[in-house]
Order: sequence, then structure tokens, then C-alpha cells
Amino acid sequence: MIELVSVCKRFGGKEVLRDLTFSVQKGEIFTLIGPSGTGKTTILRLINMLDDPTSGTILIDGRDTKASEGERVMLRRRMSVVFQKPAALRGNVYENVALGLKFRGTPAGEVRQRVSEALGLVGLEGYEERNATTLSGGELQRVAIARALVSRPEILLMDEPTANLDPGSTERIENLILTQNRQFGTTIVLSTHDMIQGQRLATRIAVILDRELRQVGDSREIFYHPGSREVARMVGVENIFDGRIIANEEGLASIDVGGFTIFATCPYPAGSSVTVFIRPEELLLLGGEKGRSSARNNLLGTISRVTPIGPNIRIQVDAGVLLVAVITRRSYDDLGLSPGAPVYCSFKASALHVVERVR
Amino acid sequence: MNEIIEGFIQAGELIISLDPEVLEITARSLLISLAATLIASLIAIPIGGFIHFREFGGKRGLITIIQTLYALPTVIAGLFVFLLLSRVGPFGFLGLLFTPVGMIIGQTVLVIPLMVGMTLIALSGVKQSIQDEVVSLGATTAQTVATIIKEARFAIMGGVILGFGRAISEVGAAMIIGGNIRGYTRVLTTAIALETSMGNIAFSIALGIILLVIAMIVTAALFLVQER
Repeated sequence: MIELVSVCKRFGGKEVLRDLTFSVQKGEIFTLIGPSGTGKTTILRLINMLDDPTSGTILIDGRDTKASEGERVMLRRRMSVVFQKPAALRGNVYENVALGLKFRGTPAGEVRQRVSEALGLVGLEGYEERNATTLSGGELQRVAIARALVSRPEILLMDEPTANLDPGSTERIENLILTQNRQFGTTIVLSTHDMIQGQRLATRIAVILDRELRQVGDSREIFYHPGSREVARMVGVENIFDGRIIANEEGLASIDVGGFTIFATCPYPAGSSVTVFIRPEELLLLGGEKGRSSARNNLLGTISRVTPIGPNIRIQVDAGVLLVAVITRRSYDDLGLSPGAPVYCSFKASALHVVERVR
Repeated sequence: MNEIIEGFIQAGELIISLDPEVLEITARSLLISLAATLIASLIAIPIGGFIHFREFGGKRGLITIIQTLYALPTVIAGLFVFLLLSRVGPFGFLGLLFTPVGMIIGQTVLVIPLMVGMTLIALSGVKQSIQDEVVSLGATTAQTVATIIKEARFAIMGGVILGFGRAISEVGAAMIIGGNIRGYTRVLTTAIALETSMGNIAFSIALGIILLVIAMIVTAALFLVQER
């Protein structure tokens, strides 16, 4: 549905996107994940033809976006954008939501009906007469979503659609995105810096780091098989070690990680330089010095730092290398853990994700 | 000193008694300047839109020239239109010199730069994010321009009101092109100039008060519009 081929974008001398190639399939929710300022917004603007790529090609449904203004307007009318900071035009909510339909010459009776339908979708029934320029941030965000949906777009582009919303509204909007996608088959491209949101919504995720596309895949691939150290960091893998494979017996490799040997299932032969990732949730902590588990890897260390994060606790263990585990508060209490206490970190060979380092 | 006080008293009487000549001159002034303002808006707002939305060489220079012309001396505008309309000028055959239509043309020329400039300021006051929304909602170029102009309508209206204020208060163009013909092209400003030089102080003061009141109404309207 949307294809980007070797797209570069510079603003003045500043490079914003470098050699971007990916395609979005019809009917999928494609999520762009990356820290702020990495060009996610620019990608959405390029797809909507608000900006033009410095080089490279963008195709919408097979049509080149380098076209006459008339053809670009026709392409644009098949999509809608929800900007991160939506702008309200002077006038009431009705006029704002109806604008896209007015441009398309929709008959007045149908406009009224579709506007009230769209406002219903975002939970703003009866807001028609409200002054649009005095709405709260959250209300305006929802008006912007109604304004985008009212034209029944084939493609919906959303830039951080829930960044300004409270948790309740966020859930509502996420459900709306899913419904829109499932019920109408709308192709959705959305950007977010929230990994978890990406995981909840996305059919596929693209990780954008430092102006480049680093990895595309479904959430399982991105979260459990990150392709590089940077992607792993981005998606919340905290235990990342560089090492060297000492031996590999039928897929079970012993890897030397700075003087320690850990076991992991991976296909690389002995001598390979690799990076090992362990998600903090995969680490099992066992209190005391004798509590070894049946898992392949057991490292004895001491708890060096404890940080509560919501209902969970993040524990840093010094076992020669620094390991980070996340466990629930209940397990933390049950295990009788405390800072300075000895603890076994144990993890299965299959819980590790190993990638070969390319130099 | 007494003469001046006398003049004010008589002026009051002229206004309160709705002196036919005072009324006639006031009505003509309003009519000519309103017509000029309307025509100038119809020309200046689209020009402002064109300059704002198009990129072309010399755009900065053109805007500077327009800003300079804000202060176009009224007698120069008058002289320019006089030359165009005079019998030997290119439009002499129309016979518009010393007619109210000629005066409307003169005032239109006078206020167009101011209105174009104010339109430009008004349009650049509309945030880029608004324009992005409009374009992304599927507007054609013409729809985008119309929507942005509508978005800036209050600021543009401010420019129109300023233009009217300049038109009704100017004397140079009205005098040169209109010729101050009694009952035909005589307006508030030209009448004040003439009557004062003829020593008819009371009449001048009466017209002056009316002109001031009009100016105050214009200012109040401008204030109200810009409050929006």
C-alpha cells in the first residue's frame, strides 16, 4: 500500500532521514518506534506529501507521489493524518470535523450525519457547537481523530496519537485504532516512543534510530530477537554482553563473556564474535548461596541496586558482570531479597538471544 | 478667541439641525471611501494571498516596496491618478477626472498597498500547522488559500478598516482628482480645507467633528475586530 525506496530527506544541510526502504501492507498497523527527534514525524509527512523526499521514491498504492498537484490531492484524499499537536481552525467543532468532507464536496446532509458519527467514535457526542480553539489538549486530540476518520480514509497516519492523553483516553483511542483497522481494513501507520503501545497495536514494528531504519518485524521479533545492540536497548533489553563463542555442540554454545561462561542456544560456530541479549524478565533470582536452579546458567552475585517500577522491582546484580532483573514485588518479598544480599541469577540457555557481531 | 468659541457653538447647531449641506457632504465622503475600500479589498486581499502562497524571485523586495507605499503621500497618489485620467492621459477618454468615480479610483490606489501589506501580515500570522492540517485534509491549492484567508479573516478585516480610515481622512487625492466641486465631488476633507481658507470656521469645525467621530468609530471597530 505504501512503499518507500531509498528515501533520504534533508532540511537545509541537516540530514533527517537516511536511505529508508520499507513497505507497509494493505490493512496492517505499521508502527514506527524510536526516540524523539529521529525522523518519525518526517516519515509521516513524506507519506502525506506535506514534504518531499530529497531523494528516493515513495509510492502510494503503486502511484508515485512525485506527481502533479491535482494527482497529489487525489492521493491525499485517500488518507488522513492525526498530527502530534493537532491545530484547530477558528470556528466550532462541527466546522473543524466537517472540513475534509467540504473539500471533497460531500453533500451537506451526509456531512452532518458523518460528523456526528465521527464525534461519537471518539466519545465527543454533542460537541458540535463547542468552540474548537478553546478545547483542552485531550479534547482537541480526539476532535483531530474524528476529523481524520470522518473522510473514511484508506490510510490513516498518526503521529504519537496518545502522547497528550490520560490513560483512560489512551485506552479508548487504542481501541478505536484497532476497531478502525479490523472493521474497515484501514491501513494505519503510527509513530510512538512507547514500546508497549507499539507491541499492543502493531502488526509490524519498524525501529527508527539515528535517522535510519534499523529493523522491521512483528513485535515478537523486535522484542525477543533484536538485530543489534541499539535496537535491543530501545526495546528494553537491559542485559547486553559482547562475547566470543568457545564451543558449539549441536546448537548449545558456550560463550565467553568477559571471563564468564554462559550457555545459549544459537547456530554460530566456535570463534564467532557475538552479542548476547537477555530480557530482564527472563532472569530468575534465587536467594541464598545454595539455591541453584536447574537452568543452564547460574551466576552468583550480590544485589547492588533495587528500584521499584510500578508493581515490579528492578534489581541490579553484580555477578562480575552487571545483570538486571525485573521481578514482581511479591517475589521480591517472598525471596527475602535485600540490597547487599547474595543471590543466584539463573536463566535458561533458550532465553538468551544471540546475534553475530558484524564488524 | 471668541470667534473660535462662536465657531464651535455654530458647528453644534449645524450638526444638531441636520444641515442639508453637512449631511450631503458626509454622505458623499462615506460613499466614496466605502466604495474605494471595497474595491481595494477585492484587489488587495487576493494579491496578498498570491504573494504569501507563491515563492518567486524578488518576493522580499516586492514586500519592501509595498511597505514603503504604506506612507504613499496622498498628493502623489492623486497626481498619479490625475495624470492617468486627465484628457491627455491614457484613460482621458473615460472622462472620469473631477468625478466621484475618479476619486474612488484615487483612494483605491492609495490604500491598496496598505491593505496588501496588512493581508500579508495577517496571513503570516496563521501558523504553519494550520496550513498542514488543511492540506492534509485534502484541500486543493485554491481551497487551501481560501481556507487560510478565512482563518485570518479578523486580522485581514483589521487591515480593511485601517484602509478605510486612510481613505476617508485623506485630502490630497480627493482634492486633485475630485476638484472639490460643490454638490458633486466635495467631501469632508476638501470642504474643511476650502471653508477654513474662506474663513467659514463654523462649517469647518462641524465637518471636523463629524470626521473625528467617523475616525473614532473606525478605531473602535478595529479594536473590536482585533479582540476576536
